[in-house]
Amino acid sequence: MAPYESDDAMGAARDEDLPTGRRKAARYVVPVAVVGVAAATIGLVPALADSGDPDLPKITAQQLVDRIAKSDVQRFSGTVKVSTDLGLPNLGGLANGLASGAAGGGDGSSADPRSKLTELVSGTHTLRVAADGPDRQKLSLLESGSEYSLIHDGRDVWGYDSKSNEVHHSTTAGSRGQHRAERPPATPEDFAAEALKAVDDTTSVTVDGTAQVAGRDAYKLLIKPRQSGTTVGAVSIAVDARTGMPLKFTLTPRSGGAAVLDAGFTQVSFARPAASTFDFTPPEGAKVTEEKGHGRAPEHAPEGGGDLADGLGGATVLGEGWTSIARFDTGGRGGAPSGDRGGALGGFLDSLGDQVSGKFGKGTVFSTRLVNALITDDGKVYAGAVTKDALVKAANAGK
Amino acid sequence: MSRAEAPGAPARRGPGPLWSVGLLRSELVTTLRRWRTLALLAVLAAVPVLVGIAVRIETRGGPGADGGGGEGPAFMAQITNNGLFLVFTALAATLPFFLPMAVGVVAGDSIAGEAGAGTLRYLLVAPAGRTRLLLVKYATVLAFCLLATLVVAVSALAVGALLFPLGDLTTISGTSITFAEGLGRALLIALVVAASLVGVAALGLFVSTLTNSGIAAMATTVGLLITVQILDQIPQLHAVRPYLFPHYWLSFADLVRDPVYWDDLVRNLGLQALYAAVFGSAAWARFTTKDISV
Repeated sequence: MAPYESDDAMGAARDEDLPTGRRKAARYVVPVAVVGVAAATIGLVPALADSGDPDLPKITAQQLVDRIAKSDVQRFSGTVKVSTDLGLPNLGGLANGLASGAAGGGDGSSADPRSKLTELVSGTHTLRVAADGPDRQKLSLLESGSEYSLIHDGRDVWGYDSKSNEVHHSTTAGSRGQHRAERPPATPEDFAAEALKAVDDTTSVTVDGTAQVAGRDAYKLLIKPRQSGTTVGAVSIAVDARTGMPLKFTLTPRSGGAAVLDAGFTQVSFARPAASTFDFTPPEGAKVTEEKGHGRAPEHAPEGGGDLADGLGGATVLGEGWTSIARFDTGGRGGAPSGDRGGALGGFLDSLGDQVSGKFGKGTVFSTRLVNALITDDGKVYAGAVTKDALVKAANAGK
Repeated sequence: MSRAEAPGAPARRGPGPLWSVGLLRSELVTTLRRWRTLALLAVLAAVPVLVGIAVRIETRGGPGADGGGGEGPAFMAQITNNGLFLVFTALAATLPFFLPMAVGVVAGDSIAGEAGAGTLRYLLVAPAGRTRLLLVKYATVLAFCLLATLVVAVSALAVGALLFPLGDLTTISGTSITFAEGLGRALLIALVVAASLVGVAALGLFVSTLTNSGIAAMATTVGLLITVQILDQIPQLHAVRPYLFPHYWLSFADLVRDPVYWDDLVRNLGLQALYAAVFGSAAWARFTTKDISV
């Protein structure tokens, strides 16, 4: 465009101190150094921040269990990270659909707590919890760009799904603790309560040192089943030293590898949450689903971890402790739709399970890293946190 | 092209800060006078209009009609009940592509365009020093980031106010905040979105110092943006994804939670600062050693 033949202009265009050769290359050290410092910071800061395990007075396992039982934290708020890795094939939406289908009681509203919180069965989720006494609690599931909140305020239980702008409303019969039954376990406290229920003479309970969780000093309680035949390797619960509230729950399978379930506070405060946290009025224009009748039996699908047999209505529990197996009858003969009957879907299901046979006849075992289920051809289902052999044994005995 | 002449320029060595302000102002005016820039801003302003009209037509049956069942960009379902949500939706819809593309075009052109047109040498005749010129260029691009974001936000607010009711709004956590507080959050979100573009701006500036062709620099920047966006969608790359600049972009939605969830927002801003430092210094290393007279 512009003519620039003048030598003068060219000379001036060169900057006063235009470096050459080695100095030229030296300038590129700056961006490289920035990358280096950033990488070092990302790698080192967590290591430096880990100030080691806190020094706490010695305590026996029994004292620690008592402390959890006596713990009466009424007011707290915090952020919980829940990771579940059941080793299920990653079916995405299909798995969710099946899970909520299995939940039965759902009424099609996406704000229904039963259908919504089954999403926790796989992947990593961030939850927010807040509580102010037995009558006011809130649990929020943080999603990208949206949030699902379950708010219990007095007699009202609200479920609000901001993504679809739908509200689910039910009222508790006034009895305290009703709300707890309405939702699947999600906080470390819930999981710990389930695990401690299973503690009996088939279990070894020890104190396994101390740890820092969410910036608080905590004891670690290690629960290990003594029985063989269960797939549960160990359960580790970090208990806040001051309040006795479980802060972190980790369940590792006997087969080793990553934890099947890991739920822990990343931030916690024991101050009274703001009162506005629990105020909820359905936003204008939101679709509100009223739940008809109350006091319905909690018939949600079994959640990952916890006492499996607990969540199943109408199931017979065989055995005890960690090796307990839930047996229920699906009614109709036929069991799992297998290749010759179920068409394409049957073939697909067969490919997910293993064929087994025994005195009971034939069946298919579906396994995850924690829970195994045997569906026999005559329509009986055996499920539990036990090995395949234990399931077959139970089916044979039940025959 | 760039009018580098400014009041008080004659001082041969060590021009004062006033001179830099003059240079920045002339750079801004030049950038904003380009038809290309105006067209980009017009496209950005049109996005909320389109979204608003589409939602309005879709829900003519009155509020309460199904707002799409949770499909589409974030906050879509809430627009019919509160026009303020159109600001959030419009920013969520433009942030992944429209906004960074516009920034990529302006940033890619900043140095390479001048070099291609042969005007860069004239800019350097003035005793600005290359470092200062680069800083002024980067500041111009950052000002464009903010302007582009505000154009989307203001357009969305105007359309939202025209087509939908305004009033107290329900946060996605289910709590209520006043309209004034909601407006404050919308402004905060616009600032966060503008800050989210700082990394792309630095990347574009660096690419711009590599070539003498403005078109090549723009195409490279936008191409890199698309590539990184695609990489960020691949689950198998989960080890790398948290370090890609668009990874935490949509975390601005956390500002509509109550209380605000800061973790990802802080990560986003830190990541943008890191990209700005790395590519900014790389651009400096390149530009201060580059042979301009070719």
